[in-house]
Amino acid sequence: MQTKRTIFPNKFLPYALLAPQLAVTLVFFIWPAAQAVKSSFEREDPFGFRTTFIWFENYTRLFSEPGYLNSLTKTGIFAVSVTLLSMSLSLLLAVAVNRVIKSNRAYTTLLVWPYAVAPVVVGILWWFMFNPTIGIAPYLLRGLGISWNHRVDGNQAMILVVIAASWKQISYNFLFFVAGLQSVPQSLNEAAAIDGAGPFKRFWTIVFPLLSPTTFFLLIVNINYAMFDTFGLIDATTNGGPNQATNILVYKVYADGFLGLNIGSSAAQSVVLMLIVIALTAIQFRFIERRVQY
Amino acid sequence: MVENRPWLSFLTHLVLIAGVVVVVFPVYLAFIASTHGSGDFMRGLVPLLPGPHMLENYGRMLTQGISTAGAPPVSIMLMNSTIIAIIIAVGKIAISLLSAYAIVFFKFPFRLLAFWIIFITLMLPVEVRIIPTFAVVANLGLLNSYVGLTLPLIASATATFLFRQFFLTVPDELMEAARVDGAGPMKFFRDILLPLSRTNIAALFVILFIYGWVQYLWPLLVTTDSKYYTVVMGIKRLAATADSEPLWNLVMASVILAMLPPVLVVIFMQRLFVKGLVDTEK
Repeated sequence: MQTKRTIFPNKFLPYALLAPQLAVTLVFFIWPAAQAVKSSFEREDPFGFRTTFIWFENYTRLFSEPGYLNSLTKTGIFAVSVTLLSMSLSLLLAVAVNRVIKSNRAYTTLLVWPYAVAPVVVGILWWFMFNPTIGIAPYLLRGLGISWNHRVDGNQAMILVVIAASWKQISYNFLFFVAGLQSVPQSLNEAAAIDGAGPFKRFWTIVFPLLSPTTFFLLIVNINYAMFDTFGLIDATTNGGPNQATNILVYKVYADGFLGLNIGSSAAQSVVLMLIVIALTAIQFRFIERRVQY
Repeated sequence: MVENRPWLSFLTHLVLIAGVVVVVFPVYLAFIASTHGSGDFMRGLVPLLPGPHMLENYGRMLTQGISTAGAPPVSIMLMNSTIIAIIIAVGKIAISLLSAYAIVFFKFPFRLLAFWIIFITLMLPVEVRIIPTFAVVANLGLLNSYVGLTLPLIASATATFLFRQFFLTVPDELMEAARVDGAGPMKFFRDILLPLSRTNIAALFVILFIYGWVQYLWPLLVTTDSKYYTVVMGIKRLAATADSEPLWNLVMASVILAMLPPVLVVIFMQRLFVKGLVDTEK
């Protein structure tokens, strides 16, 4: 790993400098994670007196439980929908902002602030809009002949959380797409225009392929966001309901562990989630290393 | 712009205006709701124009809260959120600066190990290790305290990487010159490295302040005493009761109050915000 050509010779100072970071990491990250791994292999009797080592029983039980498989499916649907919806809207807006010159900054300011809104507040905002009794969206939908009640209809609940989660993520994707678009060389665009390619053709054959590093990076970040940062949003809108329709993995691990007090199962779920994050992080870092060479 | 196409320009602005409307509308609606009296929500549809009760609603939430819903005055929660967001941001920056300095400017046994231990925190968000982390904090007696609310969130791999990246670009000659002049490691750090990192620190502060402000799950777990509620989690409690009682105006007033500080930070420090966001992801 890289260091400086010349370094300070001190023996103990670097350890002292690292101590605070490492202490917090070991006490609040590594140790709890190890505990989660440990208790995912154990069963605790109802009174907490005795724990027995049971190998993979928690896992096999977890993966044969319909509720968990349902949660996996819902998480997949949720993550993919949020990623696609949010990224396509942001790309559209980023391309548009990249075309305007004078009002560029004003539009950007108006589009980026939702980044600072907490997911749980986002949930409350959309929950208010879609509230079946007083919300404005159900009122308008009624005019179209659709009766909206996400407290009863699982699909509608899923649509609601997807819209809310995508809304929040637009600002983030937008900023990265704008940065990506600005690094596309203008000369390529001009050359293609002289050869007679229209704006749409230019976008699909030149700009979009050159944007692929940004797109791929955002793909991973968005999946990560949808899977792990949306706890508050789910908690504020649907509580995982109705009938488990929006019970995504992060919500389930909380509900089973904290509300249901099922330690073994919750620990096994934590470990599965950790493996997912590790996989996503690994993909992201491999890709970033490639991009540096490119 | 390569060529002039008036129709396409028109379409561009149309798309952007539609985008802004979609982004702003939910908040506009919340703001409108916060300016009405509670009776206005009985009629079955949310009003779309401002009402006359704005000051009354905001004043009531700031000073009294809703005691029946177990929600303390919003001003206390805003204060808690500010304190916590600042402690988290400053703490993360401080310990990351120190550890990045150790990793870049020293050679010592277990350096790589230390780096990897820090790296691992990226892969362990609170959401995936809720119960054992809660157990650690409970055993240390840190429930219902600012320390318990902030300390477990203070480790930061991204900030450490950012500073490491930046330190590697600092020319070696700078440090050699400082050593020739007799500066020790801490003097070099304080008088040369810190001033050079000023912009990075500021950009990171904006991002981390927002990060601290929007925390929800962690405060929800470790606070049961309303003295320590943050505004983001307090609102959820309010909203949960608003379904049975029509307190929409008051809930939405607190929603606006909870959003305002971080959103203002983004709007007024947009440059630093964008820099921080793009840098931390590299």
